[in-house]
Amino acid sequence: MPADLPAGLPAAYLAAGSPSFTDLLRSVAPDLLPGRRPLPPGHAGDLAPHATTIVAAAYADGVLMAGDRRATMGNMIAQRDIEKVSAADAYSVVGFAGTAGIGMEMIRLFQLELEHYEKIESTILTLDGKANRLASMIRGNLGAAMQGLAVLPLFAGFDLDADTPARAARIFSYDVTGGPYDEQNFAGIGSGSLFARGSLKKLWRPEMSREDVIRVAVEALYDAADDDSATGGPDLVRKIYPLVMLATAEGTSRVSDDEIGRLAEAVVAERTANPV
Amino acid sequence: MTMPFYASAEQIMRDRAEYARKNIMRGRPVVVLKYAEGVLFVAENPQSTLYKVGEIYDRIGFAAVGRYSEYETLRVAGIRLADVRGYSYDRRDVTGRALANAYAQTLNSIFTEQQKPFEVELCVGEVGETSADDRLYRLLFDGSIFDEPEYVVLGGQGEPIVAVLKDGYRADLPLAEALGLAIRGLGTVGADNGKPRELAPNQLEVAVLDRGRPTRKFRRLQGAALTALLPQAAAVTAAPASESGSIDLDATDDPEEGSPS
Repeated sequence: MPADLPAGLPAAYLAAGSPSFTDLLRSVAPDLLPGRRPLPPGHAGDLAPHATTIVAAAYADGVLMAGDRRATMGNMIAQRDIEKVSAADAYSVVGFAGTAGIGMEMIRLFQLELEHYEKIESTILTLDGKANRLASMIRGNLGAAMQGLAVLPLFAGFDLDADTPARAARIFSYDVTGGPYDEQNFAGIGSGSLFARGSLKKLWRPEMSREDVIRVAVEALYDAADDDSATGGPDLVRKIYPLVMLATAEGTSRVSDDEIGRLAEAVVAERTANPV
Repeated sequence: MTMPFYASAEQIMRDRAEYARKNIMRGRPVVVLKYAEGVLFVAENPQSTLYKVGEIYDRIGFAAVGRYSEYETLRVAGIRLADVRGYSYDRRDVTGRALANAYAQTLNSIFTEQQKPFEVELCVGEVGETSADDRLYRLLFDGSIFDEPEYVVLGGQGEPIVAVLKDGYRADLPLAEALGLAIRGLGTVGADNGKPRELAPNQLEVAVLDRGRPTRKFRRLQGAALTALLPQAAAVTAAPASESGSIDLDATDDPEEGSPS
């Protein structure tokens, strides 16, 4: 292949190479990669909005991930309806806590990484392969994390290669140095996760139904919002409810706002009856 | 010191074109056509994993004939171009036209500057919001590009296929009928004494760009999805099949198919 084609596709695109989109960007447009930009010295954590609590839980058909809708900047609420959980590909979901801008960018890059691999190789990555790719992205952000711009993902998916259906629902957590850490049953990240996990510990049961596990997730986020000012509870006035996504053998789906709204109202009514 | 033989530029180009055309002709053909709900790709390809048809981006698909390693390079390059563009701008900013242009320029510069041209013929298909926005671009080994209004036949001995398509094509064909028409066309190549070949599901590679799907419109039809569609496809083409058997192979009058450049 000629090194300097005058027009059309750049030589780097025509070269044989890795099926990874991140690797491609590193060679053709490194400025588009997060974690590669030089940061001025000092602590930058107060400059950008932060997104908070995400929970994930296994259930009978697969795995659920839910996030509250609040982003904060210091003591201010920066956004009331941010969406921190999204489908990573057809069988997995990903959410993030931490610096909102970097988190959004990382999720977008991760989704494209999976799609790019799928198109080039005509097959999808294994769930462990996806989890490992995400770990390498987190590792790339370590420098920024040390200056207060940390972002942490939570990754969950339906493992098509699992030998039994019960093992198909898998959850992976990370720390700023990478990961992934295989989580059992349920997990939570973000500032309110301590309270959300406590709530899940009491409410979660193996093999829960779809309806039950959604309710448990809404309860966990309610408990997180109850004790953590950076986590938003269900906003009945503006009709802003937690974002819940499911990953099952049929693929990923977002639970409708109507359904979450009904459940959230039921949870609030129950707590109103017994305010402790 | 030996003197190199003199060869005129015209002679060199003619030799390269001849070389590319001869090798492309040997491959099995691919049919791409617009149907009511988008774009349909049908290839005769007995190899189950070395695809001739592929997804490039949300609304864009790719089909090729010729040398596998060369069109695979172009397919991967197209995906890279589309993904980088979609990442730096927005998903809606990736268009089939830009991709087809990039392919045309690349193929042209390889044809004029390299010893050996790429032995490939490509089709870039794009599905739009409405059927009026669907696009088919046909690209030849020398970078020639054509915006085709209805269907594209790549490679092989395309003339009898074009005759079948010309006879049976309508813009609003439903999927099963469009598939039936394409399979009937592919069956005429290598027809034994005017009798079209029967193509089994495992000899076919079928994909669609389906307007009705969310974001990523490309979908492969294989396994159960394809076998469920084939009886319908065969049923709607059963009646005209007897006519197609008598198609005069020399009757083509499409100048474009005859001489690509």
